[in-house]
Amino acid sequence: MNPHLTWNLAADVRQLVEYRFMVNALLAASVVAVMAAVVGWFMVLRRETFAGHTLSMMSFPGAAAAALMGLPLAAGYFAFCTAGALVIAGASGVGGRRAPAQESAVIGTVGALALALGFLLLSVYGGVLESLESLLFGSILGVTRGQVLTLAIVAVCVLSLLALAGRPLLFASIDEPLARARRVPVGSLSVAFLLMLGLAVAATAQITGVLLVFALLVAPAGIARELTPRIDAGLALSVLLGLVIAWVGLGLSYFTNYSPGFYVSTIALVLYAGARVARSV
Amino acid sequence: MGFFDNALLAGSCIAIASGLIGWFVVLRVQVFAGDALSHVAFTGALAAAAAGLDLRLGLFVATVAVALGLAALGERARADDVTIGIVFVGTLGLGVLCLDLFNAGAAGANGTIAARALFGSIFSLTAGEAQLAALIAAGIVAALLSIGRPLLFASLDESVAAAGGVPVRALGLAFLALLGLDAAEATQAVGALLLLGLLAAPAGAAHRLTASPYRGMALSATIALVSMWIGLALSYWIAVLAPGSMVVLVAAAFYALTALL
Repeated sequence: MNPHLTWNLAADVRQLVEYRFMVNALLAASVVAVMAAVVGWFMVLRRETFAGHTLSMMSFPGAAAAALMGLPLAAGYFAFCTAGALVIAGASGVGGRRAPAQESAVIGTVGALALALGFLLLSVYGGVLESLESLLFGSILGVTRGQVLTLAIVAVCVLSLLALAGRPLLFASIDEPLARARRVPVGSLSVAFLLMLGLAVAATAQITGVLLVFALLVAPAGIARELTPRIDAGLALSVLLGLVIAWVGLGLSYFTNYSPGFYVSTIALVLYAGARVARSV
Repeated sequence: MGFFDNALLAGSCIAIASGLIGWFVVLRVQVFAGDALSHVAFTGALAAAAAGLDLRLGLFVATVAVALGLAALGERARADDVTIGIVFVGTLGLGVLCLDLFNAGAAGANGTIAARALFGSIFSLTAGEAQLAALIAAGIVAALLSIGRPLLFASLDESVAAAGGVPVRALGLAFLALLGLDAAEATQAVGALLLLGLLAAPAGAAHRLTASPYRGMALSATIALVSMWIGLALSYWIAVLAPGSMVVLVAAAFYALTALL
């Protein structure tokens, strides 16, 4: 039976959870959306969007290398994103003075290098191009229970670390000189945050694809920032928006024949445009 | 001319243009905008493919339009990074839709077109295409050099330049439009995703080596050119290595070398 959208919401939801793969996809997307929304909120606050983008690029060679060595893809994602976080932290001179021009050149070079390496590994692998597409743009097929479990464990770890480091991190992000003067370990916090960002990005990329991570990482936080300056409300709104974007995107993709990546990113773009318009009127 | 001569001609011109533009991109801290524009090139190419038009038309229209849009969204013709991030994921999403449409429309089509747009296929350029690419690159360089002095002033000290009557906003717009053109142009050579390597790595290396603007620009263009040559040669000799990837790897190696010095 082909699923099709009706006006009866209950019937739609019943169709949506009819197949095992779709339930898995929804569970994975929910886990990832919550984690990405929280980490993304801090990322937007710390103006590290470009670094987040580059870390998502790292998961591409990660997946390709894992495929080449016959390891589970998730291992490649997490290993490369963590390594990328350390490279960016090391190269952009944490603790020392920050030079924005050099920092952005480093981040850009690392990103391009990651993609070049990924494509190279795939071509050595004798890459199947369809898998290239789903690596880059995501696929809702074939999410296993084991994968959902892995993502959930990573999410719990990242979120509890963030809860522990949340207050000093917030302080260091909002007023770095003052935090430094109060002996908050600004340097190690920023390395720790990049590592958490790497983990969150690696998890998100497995669902949205490498190139569309931002739909769940930046968009919810960006929209929340437009709507409220408050911290608690902003975080809550960001999580809520992330879940809505993920669920509606996956649902629409299930009922039509287009990729979830298209829906997720378009919903994100439309909501953000709406928020900007709403704020300016 | 053989395919390698075509690739060499187009690649050299594209490398020089990207090296020069890249120097300003790094100076103005707009690497992320350059990155977003290169992803837009992907959507443009696929939209043209889905509509059955010439790929280059889609490339140039999409990148220049989004460049102007980004300039319009930000203050003083500079968008902030959250805006860039969301615009870029939105356009990529559209690219995915075009890919779906294209795959559904053309019988037996596979990911080749996507791979070509994303990672470039410089060895498949014809002589005519290579000459056109060279002409466009020359045009970009000429346009950049003609606004070079005021652009430099505006990039180094925006407020003083604005007070001195330099049209800062118009320059920012013109620069992003040039960046868009260059993104579309370079997509044919190294692909939408790898363009950033050609923009950021040689320029980053040049900024590390010298603070003098004119020497820096020349150095950046030279490093880009040499990376292009070495990358093309490597992938010519070892067929399994994709040219776009090799060019970026060589450029990144140059950057790493200057960082270690």
